[in-house]
Amino acid sequence: MSGEPAALGTPELPTFIRQGTFRRLAKMPTVWIATVILFTALFFSFFGALLAPFDPNFTDLNMVNMAPFASDFLLGGDRAGRDIFSRLLVATSNTIGGAAIAVSISVAIGASIGLMAGYYGRVFDALGAWLSNLIQALPGIIVLIAVYVVAGPSTVTSMIVVGILIAPVYFRLMRNVVISVRNELYVDAARVSGLSDIRIMSRHIFVVVRAPIIIEMAYIAGIALVIQATLEFIGLGSPENPTWGGMLQDSFNALYISPFAILWPALSIILTVLAFVFLSNAVRDTLGDPRSSGGKARKAIVSTPDSRATADAGSTHAFLTVRDLSVAYPLSKNESRTVVNKVNLEVNRGEVLGLVGESGSGKTQTAFAILGLLPPEAIVDSGRIVLGSTPLLGLTEKKLNALRGSEIAYVPQEPMSNLDPAFTVGQQFGYAMRKKLGLSKAQSRERALSLLARVNINDPERVYDYYPHQLSGGMAQRVLIAIAVSCDPELLIADEPTTALDVTVQAEVLDLLRGLQQERSMALILVTHNFGVVADICDRVAVMKDGEIVETGDTRKIVKHPEHPYTQLLLSSVLDNVPMRAPLEPQAEVRA
Amino acid sequence: MLVFLTRRIVAGLVLIVVVSAVTFSLVYSDGERIARLILGPNADQAAVVQRAQELGLNEPLLVQFFVWFGNLLHGDLGRSFSNHRPVIETLVNRVPVTLALVGLTLLVTLIFAVIIGLLSAYKGGWVDSGLRTFGVFGFATPHFLLAIGLVVLFAITLGILPATGYIPPAKSPSGWIQSLILPVTALAIGTIASASQQVRGAVLDVMKQDYIRTLRSRGVPLRAIYLRHALKNASAPGLTTLGLQFVALLGGAVVIEQIFALPGIGSLVIVSALKSDIPIIMGTVLFLVVVVVIVNIVVDLAIAWANPKSRV
Repeated sequence: MSGEPAALGTPELPTFIRQGTFRRLAKMPTVWIATVILFTALFFSFFGALLAPFDPNFTDLNMVNMAPFASDFLLGGDRAGRDIFSRLLVATSNTIGGAAIAVSISVAIGASIGLMAGYYGRVFDALGAWLSNLIQALPGIIVLIAVYVVAGPSTVTSMIVVGILIAPVYFRLMRNVVISVRNELYVDAARVSGLSDIRIMSRHIFVVVRAPIIIEMAYIAGIALVIQATLEFIGLGSPENPTWGGMLQDSFNALYISPFAILWPALSIILTVLAFVFLSNAVRDTLGDPRSSGGKARKAIVSTPDSRATADAGSTHAFLTVRDLSVAYPLSKNESRTVVNKVNLEVNRGEVLGLVGESGSGKTQTAFAILGLLPPEAIVDSGRIVLGSTPLLGLTEKKLNALRGSEIAYVPQEPMSNLDPAFTVGQQFGYAMRKKLGLSKAQSRERALSLLARVNINDPERVYDYYPHQLSGGMAQRVLIAIAVSCDPELLIADEPTTALDVTVQAEVLDLLRGLQQERSMALILVTHNFGVVADICDRVAVMKDGEIVETGDTRKIVKHPEHPYTQLLLSSVLDNVPMRAPLEPQAEVRA
Repeated sequence: MLVFLTRRIVAGLVLIVVVSAVTFSLVYSDGERIARLILGPNADQAAVVQRAQELGLNEPLLVQFFVWFGNLLHGDLGRSFSNHRPVIETLVNRVPVTLALVGLTLLVTLIFAVIIGLLSAYKGGWVDSGLRTFGVFGFATPHFLLAIGLVVLFAITLGILPATGYIPPAKSPSGWIQSLILPVTALAIGTIASASQQVRGAVLDVMKQDYIRTLRSRGVPLRAIYLRHALKNASAPGLTTLGLQFVALLGGAVVIEQIFALPGIGSLVIVSALKSDIPIIMGTVLFLVVVVVIVNIVVDLAIAWANPKSRV
């Protein structure tokens, strides 16, 4: 599991440049500033030597440690009496050239080995991965120092080595992209139609990797520049030519005498590096980084004022009342898609309501709306939900948390992904019981063990200390049910609680839910697509289709005399009230 | 777990041998050149040859490596070319300084990266964008420029902290801390910047999981979910990053030690490079690889703690 840490460092990069990318980039001020800085640097790297007012090695003893803007030496003189401005200009070509060498070497080596590793796999892949891990195991600067010992001071040599050291970045990038493209149909088609491997790679793969490679180039140019300056600064640069890092070292040693001299090389380095990094980041963000949004704004937008709810709720005697509930998701600025449309529901204390419908009919969304767990982008644009006498929509997170667990609880569809993999069964029990019921650690353990026994888990003591991955799906679902009822909720919402389970386990879990519901006279909302399940345990049914309730009523009545054609259709797929087999369709429930 | 650990240790030993062999063949490739570097450019050719012979540099590379490696197994890393003291002795004197610098930096990074990463993920909005911008600046600013900035500000302008030098903790604990504040800060900011972004990303990934919604359905407050569940689940990728950061920190320490005149491995290796003191360079490389291997194994063990699935 933990044997491949390298893969985690791989940046997630978008692979296509969409239209309008450049237009959007051109609107960002950082992009403009970065581009101007980089073009200036590029310009001086070609013409710096011609434009420099003095020879970089010309010394004038009167100018030693001269202050800036006080003489012919525009930015002052260094401690040997040389013109700082001229030296900066001349050093630009060295710096930019060095970065260019490092970038080209790393692209050439990393991308070509990555291409082979991704395309041919096996030996190439293993070798490449091994080499790249080997390179990353060493601090680069130590390698560069060892190379310095052998090769002496040389910008070209050290930048070639930097290129090799950075190559793993491209190796992994290229390998991953190629592996994902290799199995695409159009590549297969190309291969079948007899195109050579080289043609295929250049035609199909390069189109895809072009964008991420360019983004990384700017980034790597920045890194190379820093490494180069570092080497020069610690005295391992070439002494003949002026370099930014070398100038920095020089002025650092004279820091107490002329504090300003250090400013110019430092600024040159930092501005150029920042320009590279910001440009790379801007392009990456514009192409859409999947991780760019954060924030706890995890509550859906509720736009209805809920003031009338309390008064109105008195007129119906149901425990849970849902009135005119609508949930929508924005598609673009002006459009949105309604997934729950004017839904009305009522559940009495001790009653089992079946919420039935096919995948995408809005049942799960309705359930999440009641629990206040809709994703943040959801818009609840009309309706009221009243539990007991408390209107739920618009409640603060804190007030909702007081209700969740002890008033309303939830059993999810997919047991394995709904237990936190990093905590034991016992630990997942603990929090709610200790906070809500005020139990001590020992008491909550006791209660958890008896609940585990109640949900028919054979060896509660042992399972209590299990991690989720040690449980079977059926056991995990029992554990989730036990946790859900641990704080004595009045209403349990079970969202397709048996769909993900083996057929043999399904009936047992349903029996368990029914048993718990009767013992505790809880209200239960059973969300399902299976009329067999409904007929088995529900008192009343609400049939949902395309976000609307099409029929609702007593189970017996609806099973015998379905009025809506959709209900008839659902019913006809179940024979004689026998629970259906688990459906073979993929579980494509819309969870937005 | 034991099998896993054994495999990691064997892989680590292989890495140590491979890296020392490659480095050795690189730095000892030309015996006469080394002898000339020691004796200076004006030395007599006969003297150079003789010196090379004395140091055993004329032997085939493979023989030299086996001699070096055999001695290593006896705890002998040879003697310095310049002061003729045992390399191991020099290393033993220097290592604590570097470990203190890097260890403290790692600790500071761990604390701040977690706080900033969590805050960024939890608060969102302008806090998030502000912290992310700090991340880019922190990442892009070279260690040594930051170090220079800190020296100028705190040591020269304000005069509240020492600019250079190292005080051993045995001599004065408070002096030790003072002498390390600026170096650790200079080294830590960049690491915090990138590690906190990793923490943020990992936390946001965890918060998208189904079990988070289920936890919320039980009335567990978001704050507790972030601090307990998101953090523990995010710690596996976070620890992996920290392992990689550690390698980078060892590299960064080289420059930082040079700027703040700390007598650690980093400043040693620079001086030795300028003097072509190859046995010292070899010893340092070996030491660093060993440290990297140990750290990676520790990280794997920590990941096993955080992620029960990987304990098998």
